[in-house]
Amino acid sequence: MFENIGEIVLLFWRTLLSLPLAWRQRQKVFDQFFEIGNASLLMVCVLSFFIGAVIALQTGPVLVDRGLASAVGGIVGIALAKELAPVMMAILIAGRIGSAMAAEIGSMRVYQEIDALRTMNINPIHYLVLPRMVAIAIALPLLVIFAILVGWLGGAVVAEANSHIAIPFQAFWANLRDVVAMKDVANGVFKSFCFALIVGVVSCHQGLATIGGPRGIGRSVTKAVVNSIVLIVIFDYVLTRVLLK
Amino acid sequence: MINNNLNAHSGVGLQVRGLRKSFNGQEVLRGLDFEVQPGEIFVIMGPSGSGKSVLLRHLIGLEPPDAGEILINGESIQSAEIASKYRLAMVFQSGALLNSLTVGENVGLYLTEHRLNTPEEVTRIVAEILEDVGLKGTEEKMPGELSGGMKKRVAIARALVIEPQLILYDEPTSELDPLFSVVIGEEILHLQRRIHVTSLVVSHDRDLAFGIADRIAVIQEGRILTIGTPDEVKRNSDPLVQKFLHADFKREP
Repeated sequence: MFENIGEIVLLFWRTLLSLPLAWRQRQKVFDQFFEIGNASLLMVCVLSFFIGAVIALQTGPVLVDRGLASAVGGIVGIALAKELAPVMMAILIAGRIGSAMAAEIGSMRVYQEIDALRTMNINPIHYLVLPRMVAIAIALPLLVIFAILVGWLGGAVVAEANSHIAIPFQAFWANLRDVVAMKDVANGVFKSFCFALIVGVVSCHQGLATIGGPRGIGRSVTKAVVNSIVLIVIFDYVLTRVLLK
Repeated sequence: MINNNLNAHSGVGLQVRGLRKSFNGQEVLRGLDFEVQPGEIFVIMGPSGSGKSVLLRHLIGLEPPDAGEILINGESIQSAEIASKYRLAMVFQSGALLNSLTVGENVGLYLTEHRLNTPEEVTRIVAEILEDVGLKGTEEKMPGELSGGMKKRVAIARALVIEPQLILYDEPTSELDPLFSVVIGEEILHLQRRIHVTSLVVSHDRDLAFGIADRIAVIQEGRILTIGTPDEVKRNSDPLVQKFLHADFKREP
């Protein structure tokens, strides 16, 4: 992965330079956006609900035993908004959408479709990379906002339904509202925006760098997902450290 | 007849000087020198693995050479302006159609992406060109629904939409039946006569080569064995050239 970091940064820079062309490519951006939403919404819903539920389940009984029942809502709220929703959704999108991007572009590379674009003086970055990057950069933060809300709901349901916790719905929300500030949600959404750029550029780069036949496409897909996840985890620490200030 | 929207414009001249290319230490092109005149139909023949397709990829700027240069009307193919200054097109051996687009979208892609025509005009031009290559009414089909030969014809239609000044064909008649091979050969001739496009054809098809070429080059192992008119090539005494030109099945009685 690290030997290609220069190429990845260069691709990112070239995509940034082509950003003024995004409006011209709006139909492709919309198609990609729809694809990302359509492919991920249900999974995001299930995943975030149960993440919220399990945080409540893990922390709830311990806090209740120590007389800190009122802190459950805040812990679930902060954990989801600042950390778990952005990271887990980015990993989900890397697996679901990043792999599809690498496979589609990789297959176009192997079967000379990208060469055909170049012979028609159509820049593959403008035609293939830009719409995907713009779509994922819009879609992932929106999915994360949705995931935060559903995750909070999951936590609230378990906090009320579980007999060891038994915190009323209203009390859970009141505590969550006391602890979680708008800035915390904004931090999480900003992180997810950065993760979206990472997944997009790493997956598109891996697709464009594909060589060989179907086996090469398979290798590219695996590399795209693994490299995206590694970079998400590294950048999560860096961004968290920066946003703490 | 191809479409009526092609403007009369002349083909470009092509010069190849000392072209060399190696992949993983294996030399594929070993110092090629030749020139193609504007409006000429130049056919490159040679056995499989002789470097023909690699040469074509260099000629349209898809591969950078290790040494030597390729000039279009005296300007290097590697120059940034070449693609916007001259209209170049290539018909890939596999067709290289974009599988996520319909046939109509594939054929009209150049016009759509460069915003050269209104959507209505693009639809009309695409319909005309598809009719010309014998694929009327296939606009809504996906490439996956087409046979190999049909894909090749769509690829040719996609190249013709560009109104090229230089068109490169990589095995244009492979996967085509003899009847349609003749149609493609006639179409290459027709285009050259009508808009004076420079055509460079890589082919194993001896009937096509000797039927349409102004000049033929025979290459083997990255070197040119001979260049000349079809008659000159036929008379060439090089045993490798003769072997390639006269290879045939010989069934024991």
